[in-house]
Amino acid sequence: MKKLLMSAAALALAATGAAAEVKVGMITTLSGGGAGLGIDVRDGFMLAIEQSGRDDIEVVIEDDQQKPDIAVQLSDKMIQSEKVDVLTGIIWSNLAMAVIPGAVAQGKFYLSPNAGPSALAGKGCHENYFNVAWQNDNLHEAAGAYANSAGYRNSFILAPNYPAGQDALTGYKRFYEGELAGEIYTQLGQTDYAAEIAQIRASGADSVFFFLPGGMGISFLKQYADSGVGLPVVGPAFSFDQGILQAVGPAALGVVNTSQWSKDLDNPANVAFVESFQARYGRLPSLYASQGFDTANLLVSALEKADPSDADAFREALRAADFASTRGDFRFGPNHHPIQDIYAREVIKEGDVFTNKVIGVALEDHADAYAAECKM
Amino acid sequence: MSAILIAEQVLNGLQAGVMLFLMAAGLTLIFGVMGLINLAHGSLYMVGAFAAAWVAGATGSFGLGLIAALAGAALAGVLIEVLVIRRLYAAAHLDQVLATFALILIFSEGTRYVFGSFPLFLDVPGALSGPVTLPGGIQYPLYRLTLIGLGLLVALFLWWLTARTRIGIQIRAGENDREMIGALGVDISKLYTLVFALGAALAGLAGALVGAIQSVQVGMGEPVLILAFVVIVIGGIGSIKGAFVGALLVGLTDTLGGIFLPELFKLFMAPDAATQTGSALASMAIYIVMSLVLIWRPSGLFGVRA
Amino acid sequence: MIPERLLTFAVPAALLAVALWALAVEEPFTITLATRAAILALAAVGLNIALGIGGLVSLGHAVFFGLGGYAMGILAHHAQTYTTLDLGPLSISGSKSMPLIWLVAVAVSALAALLIGLLSLRTSGVYFIMITLAFGQMFYYFAISWSSYGGEDGLSIYVRNGFPGLNTLDPIQFFGLCFALLCLALLLYARLRAAPFGLALNAARQVPARVETVGLSPLRLKLLAFVISGAITGLAGALFADLNRFVSPTMFSWQLSGELIVLIVIGGVGRLTGPVIGACLFVLLEHWLGALTEFWHIWLGVILLGIVLFARGGIVGLLTGKAGPHV
Repeated sequence: MKKLLMSAAALALAATGAAAEVKVGMITTLSGGGAGLGIDVRDGFMLAIEQSGRDDIEVVIEDDQQKPDIAVQLSDKMIQSEKVDVLTGIIWSNLAMAVIPGAVAQGKFYLSPNAGPSALAGKGCHENYFNVAWQNDNLHEAAGAYANSAGYRNSFILAPNYPAGQDALTGYKRFYEGELAGEIYTQLGQTDYAAEIAQIRASGADSVFFFLPGGMGISFLKQYADSGVGLPVVGPAFSFDQGILQAVGPAALGVVNTSQWSKDLDNPANVAFVESFQARYGRLPSLYASQGFDTANLLVSALEKADPSDADAFREALRAADFASTRGDFRFGPNHHPIQDIYAREVIKEGDVFTNKVIGVALEDHADAYAAECKM
Repeated sequence: MSAILIAEQVLNGLQAGVMLFLMAAGLTLIFGVMGLINLAHGSLYMVGAFAAAWVAGATGSFGLGLIAALAGAALAGVLIEVLVIRRLYAAAHLDQVLATFALILIFSEGTRYVFGSFPLFLDVPGALSGPVTLPGGIQYPLYRLTLIGLGLLVALFLWWLTARTRIGIQIRAGENDREMIGALGVDISKLYTLVFALGAALAGLAGALVGAIQSVQVGMGEPVLILAFVVIVIGGIGSIKGAFVGALLVGLTDTLGGIFLPELFKLFMAPDAATQTGSALASMAIYIVMSLVLIWRPSGLFGVRA
Repeated sequence: MIPERLLTFAVPAALLAVALWALAVEEPFTITLATRAAILALAAVGLNIALGIGGLVSLGHAVFFGLGGYAMGILAHHAQTYTTLDLGPLSISGSKSMPLIWLVAVAVSALAALLIGLLSLRTSGVYFIMITLAFGQMFYYFAISWSSYGGEDGLSIYVRNGFPGLNTLDPIQFFGLCFALLCLALLLYARLRAAPFGLALNAARQVPARVETVGLSPLRLKLLAFVISGAITGLAGALFADLNRFVSPTMFSWQLSGELIVLIVIGGVGRLTGPVIGACLFVLLEHWLGALTEFWHIWLGVILLGIVLFARGGIVGLLTGKAGPHV
């Protein structure tokens, strides 16, 4: 069925007629409103596979339409029909929760390029599940730490009323040491924040923390800037990423956000990645593209040492994380989640393009809060 | 909670309400005159927002963007009316629901094909940006204030159009007796196309106006569509007055519910649980209001025909 | 033209044949697809009782689908975490047994259908469509914010529930279960439609006054149809959750209610095999079009439009050459 064999590797394969030795299944979101994230993960991933020069990796890509039941079905298909060795690609936590436990229970490896729900980092961790992005709480924890260092004593915090939103506020509060001027759960998919902004104005807060992914964040920032409240805003990178920043526009200028990656990180792997991504696709890479790129490089690094058919050796090779990450130092904790620096970035304008600049490290060598609960 | 905050929230509810009215007016007009359930109304809202963002981005003028939104949505409206909708007037509601559902799929993915997967940028015009101070010391964004004014103007215009003009007489006649106005020599099919284009233009206008303070993206029309349906069902389908009252009711319930329900629950629950329960109930509030209205009055507040 | 009687046997037989063929050539995923089609068909057969015979256009049947799903999810969740479900004085331990889960799913969704029906059936036409949609949205938003059962993340059930004497993990055996239930539902539909109840309900749809004059209450007939309809869709929801080993609030979404209607209209409203044909075609389109282009929704839309505009009576109408069902 849907075999978007987009890699040069696959083309080379057709030319030489050699059989692919490793099959990777990518389930990601390529249609509908959330497609931008999936497309970036896919493009970043495929770029790394092309650059590896390996012609024995076949990537089967399918669109989950951001629906959990479709994602489960695709994973059944990848495992039963395509007989893939490794799965990857899922963007959203609720889809990850639907697919990953079943896939790893069937002996497959799963490399997460984006979602990191807490349930899979703690009690529900698994030896075949590796997260190459972050545990969901990480960027929010860093935002809390940054708020301390910036001297904020009275934050107003808000997030949508769903598990990732509740985790976000918990994550922020885990590191933030000041008082709370207010704490609000908004509706998932809400587009008008006038009521919340009025509460912020009336609350006497000295800063605002928000987690509103996708279009929700765009709406909030535009309305917040227009309201003239003017308190400093902190948030995780999702609302300030390359893809959506242009839609937020001047409203985002100067906002500090936390991320494990930034376009201007000065390490050789990242400089080469940013340049080659722009050359290949004609746009600046996003956070998601960098995560897709790192995921593929981790996979390639492990394949250099072992074959997935030898599960124990392959797992060890993955655990070593012996690859040059675009975010600099990267290693896995005991629960196979990243231990990494998380940076504070500021939104700036470069010519006509809005982008981010690193202004400091919010949390150094940061691991997640659930590792101790994980027994594998 | 201070009086100023409550006053500001009421303004916010009003603003949400009048924007909903722009959507609901077209929807209810189309149902009243042609008896058509148009699920693709939200797509016309999206078309308006994208047209505005595209033209405003290319020319730098918000005004030109608004004109593009009106024209673009009206044009899209005429196009689907002539190609598809026209064949559905005589069909069962079920077929209408399905065909216009199909149109949503085509519009959404078609827009994504043309404009890509990332949201577009559309900003509040410079002259209207920033807050103003109202009597009583309320700081309120000028743009939102303008939206309230514009929405009321459109409501006035629609009242004038239906009550005082020749077209309005034909529209009202069409609602009551379709065969008769045909027999009186009115070109029914032209009238229908006109009404559809008018409804589409209103939706496009709402999309562009709201797009400036929200996110212009594929799929932005569906949540508004459902709210607009709630509005016209509360108001009574086919009634513009009903749509106006319903829109304000839904706008105020949605805005004030989100603020006051969590506070209410804090009176007898732990703050954490109260915030969550209150928010959950707030997101259900308008649907609860709608079912209560329908249980009380099965044809809505101002509806005459079931 | 094909007589409808032939379709009655040929359509389910074809679905069974596809699954058996897939078993023979070792294509387990095709069996999974056939199971999905059978379950969606079962849900749509349920809706078809309200929609096809009773003329009740419910845009809220996802409520029952979701309730069935959560009945399975919650019972299995408590069983797999060895916790109890506390309902006031009652303390229930979870269950991994399909028959028990099905019973709960059917009971819960029938009860919900009774309550929703009592309130909604006061309205008619577009108002009925919209009030059922409103109930759907209420359940959807409730499920999203209900964090004790996963909220928007949903609940994962790691191992499929069991059925005495069968290995439900084997795709073909699970398909067999779903297929058998689908056949039972089809049989029930055919019996209902021909029984005095079905005839009266059909008459209540067309001329309510005539039913009243013979001493029957149209409201009661419709309510009973709505309850049976909801119960069958609820059962399908429990199976769907077991197929995916996962439940989430998307089972309550209005898009799902819309899709169920789409299935029926594609196949043919009020036709016995309409939902089955619709479900098979829908699953096929989803997978074939999805393979052809990233923008497959456009083509799905075009096909739907074509069916509505040019094939009144759906596929069954096309095949039999009769635009309406004969009752």
